[in-house]
Amino acid sequence: MEVKQQDIHTKENKIKKFIVKLLVFSFWLLVWDIASRLINQELFLPSPKSVLITTYQLSTTSDFWFSIGNSFVRIVIGFSLGLAVGIFLAIVSYSSKLIKELISPLMRVIKATPVASFIILALVWISSVNLSILISFLMVLPVSFSNMLYGLHSTDEKLLEMARVFHLNRWKCIKAIYLPTVLPFIISAMSVGLGFSFKSGIAAEVIGRPINSIGLNLYEAKLYLMIKELFAWTLVIIVLSIIFEKLVMWVIKRFEYNEKPRENI
Amino acid sequence: MDIKLININKSFKGQQVLRNVNMTFPKGRITCIMGASGTGKTTLANILMGLQEADSGEIHGLQDKKISAVFQEDRLIEHWDAIKNILLVCQAEVTKEMVDEELKNIGMAEYEGKAVKALSGGMRRRVALVRATLSDYDVLIMDEPFKGLDEALKKLVINYIKKKTKDKTVIIITHDKEEVALLDANVITIS
Repeated sequence: MEVKQQDIHTKENKIKKFIVKLLVFSFWLLVWDIASRLINQELFLPSPKSVLITTYQLSTTSDFWFSIGNSFVRIVIGFSLGLAVGIFLAIVSYSSKLIKELISPLMRVIKATPVASFIILALVWISSVNLSILISFLMVLPVSFSNMLYGLHSTDEKLLEMARVFHLNRWKCIKAIYLPTVLPFIISAMSVGLGFSFKSGIAAEVIGRPINSIGLNLYEAKLYLMIKELFAWTLVIIVLSIIFEKLVMWVIKRFEYNEKPRENI
Repeated sequence: MDIKLININKSFKGQQVLRNVNMTFPKGRITCIMGASGTGKTTLANILMGLQEADSGEIHGLQDKKISAVFQEDRLIEHWDAIKNILLVCQAEVTKEMVDEELKNIGMAEYEGKAVKALSGGMRRRVALVRATLSDYDVLIMDEPFKGLDEALKKLVINYIKKKTKDKTVIIITHDKEEVALLDANVITIS
């Protein structure tokens, strides 16, 4: 009975949250619409309606989907590589002080270097097609490295001692002690890294202009003053980024169900 | 083989915690180490567990021995339930049903499906105790194992420990004379 009431309460809360989100979204849409009406020049600020129509028109062409597919795949590859390599380097650095001393300054340099410098430099080294992979990779790498390393260093020493006394094997140690500790840090790195990789990946495409990419479309929209298209492509990037983030977080939450601390198992 | 400590010394930041400690723990018996707070009992336990190294001295009879422990803190995986915590350190032949039975033998009830962080201090302590006794060991080292248990429960747990550790070498750190009497143990005082 109590559980059922709790379920109803949770559902009510979810509906309330959804309504609040919808109202906030509608409010900002209204602000945009009013601003566009006040300015009354589609060249400066197109209305939400015209942007949506333009997005729909673009979506009826195959180029639109090709561009989205290409950019998405490249950014996701860069993001995944950055995350995996960052985690790997953090694990290696955690087990060897020397390697940590070697890698940490490099990560600090990558973190502090402006993304534009990387894009211009990378254009000299590699083709524009792979540019967004490299840039997304470089943006995610230091974030995943530092988060993972911090997570590993915050592992409970007393539990590690317990593992030593009972001679727990490596897999048991990872599952019982390390994973629950580092998981929130990895999630945080992914959440931050996702935003970084989309922004920087598209920026790299705008400068590198590989064919059939969102970046090239953005660049051309700006070049020919097609402001509605510019807004439409921006909308596509935002939606794409949100969908990808939600997807990744959904997968993590399903995994977390087994590993994250909670009152009842 | 008895466990022998010969002239064990240990200092922390220039302060000598253990000075020329000589002790013998007879094989297959319970030995209690007693002493006031700050006399280095936990440091000694850590040295025996291999978590700290003595600055000098020798330890005989612990080589290749499997050690089990109850630490001063419970050191449990907080978001796991009692059974999962215990099975973590056990050999493959120990089953969930066996653990469940042991927990019931030690007076645990209504722990199933609950993460240990949701259990009371006394219940958590008993989970740590069952974990230590069910793991595969030759020497069991316990640092204030009955801390946080009320009198009735303490008697039940002491009887359980005596039964479960029969013919095993057990080293218990305590400052409670009543516990020592109930355990019917050898006593070594550290000062």
